[in-house]
Amino acid sequence: MIRVVVQEAPIDLAAEFAGAEADDAGAVATFTGLVRGDDGVTELALEHYPGATERALEVLCDEAVARWTLAKAVIVHRVGPMVPGDRVVFVATTARHRAAALEACAFLIDRLKTGAPFWKRERRGSEARWVEARESDDAAAARWG
Amino acid sequence: MPIDILYFAWVREAIGQGSERVDPPADVTTVAALIDWLAVRGGGYATAFENRDRLRTAVDQVFVPLDTGLVGAREVAIFPPVTGG
Repeated sequence: MIRVVVQEAPIDLAAEFAGAEADDAGAVATFTGLVRGDDGVTELALEHYPGATERALEVLCDEAVARWTLAKAVIVHRVGPMVPGDRVVFVATTARHRAAALEACAFLIDRLKTGAPFWKRERRGSEARWVEARESDDAAAARWG
Repeated sequence: MPIDILYFAWVREAIGQGSERVDPPADVTTVAALIDWLAVRGGGYATAFENRDRLRTAVDQVFVPLDTGLVGAREVAIFPPVTGG
């Protein structure tokens, strides 16, 4: 089962954690990404490509489910304006054993950063700038083949 | 055939709109050629499309390289490298 949600509302961790559990599964791995207040960032706004974003995330979840025989793969990604400390993204993977769950979770967050159409814009007081893509993110995504 | 074009992030800001419908001439057969054709308009288009290495594209919501053909394409999106997560 996969669950992909792109939403403006805050991410409800308790509900997402509970929803990631499954019968016959012994392991749930999760990743939560938070907005950092680096160098005085006061706001982070996420733009996305409606439709294409969900499709890209679903393709990633399908790949993870097939590769690690997951019971569940969940990606909840927030868009719109956020402040430091807010949750940007939640990933959960559910499997019979921990190795599959942990690896699949790392795969999803690495691939999501370079393979789904989101764009971050940081605001520091009255100044705003688009965040540049990082080569280290490309390298992290590439390690999964 | 008319094509809907979508722009995102700083490409959208430079061009000044998030989407438009265009009807390119028959010799515009690839995404790269479409970008060349739009860049000729100058202004924000020329600014947004100045450095092709900084552009990524999707045809009908699937990420594709710039040399991809436009046959049957209904929607083309042009945007910077993505920065999600």
